Amino acid sequence: MGFTSEIHDYQLLSKIATNDKHGENSPYFDGWKAYDRDPFHPTKNPDGVIQMGLAENQLSFDLIEDWIMENPKASICTPEGVNQFKHIANFQDYHGLPEFTKGVANFMSKVRGGRVKFDPDRILMSGGATGANELIMFCLADPGDAFLVPSPYYPAFVRDLCWRTGIQIIPVHCDSSNNFKITREALEEAYQKAQEDNINVKGLIITNPSNPLGTTLDRETLKSAVSFINEKNIHLVCDEIYAATVFNSPGYVSVSEILQDIESINLDLIHVIYSLSKDMGLPGFRVGIVYSYNEEVVHCGRKMSSFGLVSSQTQHLLGAMLNDDEFVDGFLKESSRRLGKRHSVFTKGLEKEGISCLPSNAGLFVWMNLRKLLKEQTFEGEMMLWRDIINEVKLNVSPGSSFDCKEPGWFRVCFANMDDETVEVALRRIRAFVGKETTPSSSPKKPVKLKRWNSNLRLSLSSSRRFDETVLSPHNMMSPHSPLVQAT
Amino acid sequence: MAIEIEQPCVELSNVAVSETHGEDSPYFAGWKAYDENPYDELTNPSGVIQMGLAENQVSFDMVEKYLEQHPEASTWGKGAPGWFRENALFQDYHGLKSFRTAMASFMQQIRGGRAKFDPDRVVLTAGATAANELLTFILANPGDALLVPTPYYPGFDRDLCWRTGVKIIPIHCDSSNNFQITPKALEAAYQQAVSTYTKVRAVLITNPSNPLGATIQRSVLEDILEFVTRKNIHLVSDEIYSGSAFSADEFVSVAEILEARDYKDAERVHIVYSLSKDLGLPGFRVGTIYSYNDRVVTTARRMSSFTLISSQTQHLLATMLSDEEFTENYIKTNRERLRKRYEMIIDGLTSSGIECLKGNAGLFCWMNLSPLLEKPTREGELELWNPILHEVRLNISPGSSCHCSEPGWFRVCFANMSEQTLEVALDRIRNFMHERASVNRSLFSNR
Repeated sequence: MGFTSEIHDYQLLSKIATNDKHGENSPYFDGWKAYDRDPFHPTKNPDGVIQMGLAENQLSFDLIEDWIMENPKASICTPEGVNQFKHIANFQDYHGLPEFTKGVANFMSKVRGGRVKFDPDRILMSGGATGANELIMFCLADPGDAFLVPSPYYPAFVRDLCWRTGIQIIPVHCDSSNNFKITREALEEAYQKAQEDNINVKGLIITNPSNPLGTTLDRETLKSAVSFINEKNIHLVCDEIYAATVFNSPGYVSVSEILQDIESINLDLIHVIYSLSKDMGLPGFRVGIVYSYNEEVVHCGRKMSSFGLVSSQTQHLLGAMLNDDEFVDGFLKESSRRLGKRHSVFTKGLEKEGISCLPSNAGLFVWMNLRKLLKEQTFEGEMMLWRDIINEVKLNVSPGSSFDCKEPGWFRVCFANMDDETVEVALRRIRAFVGKETTPSSSPKKPVKLKRWNSNLRLSLSSSRRFDETVLSPHNMMSPHSPLVQAT
Repeated sequence: MAIEIEQPCVELSNVAVSETHGEDSPYFAGWKAYDENPYDELTNPSGVIQMGLAENQVSFDMVEKYLEQHPEASTWGKGAPGWFRENALFQDYHGLKSFRTAMASFMQQIRGGRAKFDPDRVVLTAGATAANELLTFILANPGDALLVPTPYYPGFDRDLCWRTGVKIIPIHCDSSNNFQITPKALEAAYQQAVSTYTKVRAVLITNPSNPLGATIQRSVLEDILEFVTRKNIHLVSDEIYSGSAFSADEFVSVAEILEARDYKDAERVHIVYSLSKDLGLPGFRVGTIYSYNDRVVTTARRMSSFTLISSQTQHLLATMLSDEEFTENYIKTNRERLRKRYEMIIDGLTSSGIECLKGNAGLFCWMNLSPLLEKPTREGELELWNPILHEVRLNISPGSSCHCSEPGWFRVCFANMSEQTLEVALDRIRNFMHERASVNRSLFSNR
């Protein structure tokens, strides 16, 4: 039964419903379509497109599965746990199950090596980090206000921070001249420009460890950011969703640790966003957390969390898991080791082909430098190269422009959402591609033949980069034909 | 350790500092009284009995029994290897197909098969709270209005208005015709919007009604459909209590009317549902939007990213709700048990000289204490509520908290306690009424 009336709809739906800020009309969706039409499978479709645009942590499920098998009481469906069913199924208090908030506080502390303690009473739930980021914006900013966001940044921030809240993103430009570090100058410049344009800046949001860079912020940069917002009396939101994916030195410094080191910081300005989607690989469970040092934000945010509470069934399971210190300690150590190993294999494989990545110590991806393969040092050049990577190399990677990167030629490539063999296949393909691209030839290069089904890959980019609202991240957008849907 | 010094207060958003979340209202005194002195059969038999919470606790045993007999519903089930991983990774905003199919089938069964539901139109959200807010974001701009019949669920102020910036304009209903929605009242509410230059975007009804505990009649639904079509606005039908109608044929869903007329003008209609009331699972956060409008479905699905249902819970419920033998039996038995509870409380209240609106659905009754009011005003109602809360020690909900324009009505929940507790509550009410009657008699005899 199809019920549409296009003219009707535009008159009858809201501005939010009819604008583009959901981000799905971006040209980058084509990479996903290519994957969905022709997904790689080691035996059934070995020539298919390998998904390297999805920042998922699939390396440590076995650890969680083992724990679950050994702890049937943590489920309300097993004979051992069903006596809790009535209480749990009825529990909708937005304070959360005490064992859950305690477990999350405990986990967050262990992720930071025990250097910081978190108060369970400040833990607010939300629908994944997606919901958490939106919630904190609703608490801190009014429609028309702005948040500074260092670029390159997670593309779905446009949806999460701006779509229903009506706030705007002002990018703070970072580039490879200093390994994309956030400088005080860049922050000041972005802030000043906003003042000149009469835009009310309410805060700065940083992702640490960074997506897409895979780097942790060093202590000095963090301190500088904190002192910047303190001086301007604006908020600081730290999205620490990748905190436990740190696998190498330098170690992780979270904003909560810095607060202990600096004097005269207004704690009311500091808020942390967290989730279990990356560190534990449980995006389906929708565990988003807002942790604020501001009492008013905690009170208001808690009421708002009614719009995205974590299922009590899930709270119960995770409450048991995260309070099991032996499990948590073991998991964090082993997960980090596996990520480090995978990162090493992948980056060494790339180095052999002369491909360098930004040196990184965290995350589920690398920030790959393909500038020397660009036919022209422009975003059009980047899109052309991307098209070739999708069509010829058959890898769905994410071009830097989708992260609002100012320098063409960078690509985010995920490595933790596949097994070892698939990594090898990806590296082999890259080897073949690079060999072809960089082999000097006396005869003119044959034009790249496009397969028919790729002919609708678009070349043009949106011309306005500053507040680009049509940028998509493959972060958690899935088409109806995604194999993950078919698998159920 | 950071030294905290006095700083100029940095502002939070207008939304953050507003009171539209509704939690600072005087009615929270009721919750406070309960929290400070909660009734317990054994440990605190003179405590406050919670009758302000619309929860369904009469049918848990059926769900528990199902789980005991069906281990495949849990994460521990003997599924294919790698099953847990697949489920834990699943964050597709379309939702598990098996779950959507099960929800569509469950909604169909509740309506006795008189309406069909297409699983591809089912959008999943974390509770009806999120569903109602999300629909409002899609259908209305800040400053626009939704027309909502009074009395209505107090949480609507938060769900429809708080972060959306949309207003509620009441459609006034009163006891002269059993609080039914009339075309006159609809038009009056619409005109009120017009007179304040406010754009009306939708009518939002709850059917069966909270707090009335009664279903909306077919003819009234048809009037409402005619009204929204004529005004070219939307209709949102919150049918969260549809499975709590005491008998299967008492409830008419707007879906049936649309199906009977071949879905003419259906693209303006959207249904909200949840498993919190009918299945008694509010903790699981399972809400849905069912829309006949393709664009609303697509947009709602995208927006649901902010409020998806845990894949662990989707799996559990997909298994349970696809079991038609279980669902048929559950729906039927749950209806009967709720009806029995309703009859029990009505009998008890009647024998105490208290009348209620004739109800046929829901987890509460709509009690008329207007003859007891000193003054027929909101203040008079709160003055009556005070002793009921603190002396009789029953937390019931005064009609003014539901924006009822007629003072003296109270919502009394009956499904969130054991039968024994309900007996205790009815005893206390009986005593309260006797005392009042004897006080009145002595006042008379002393003249």
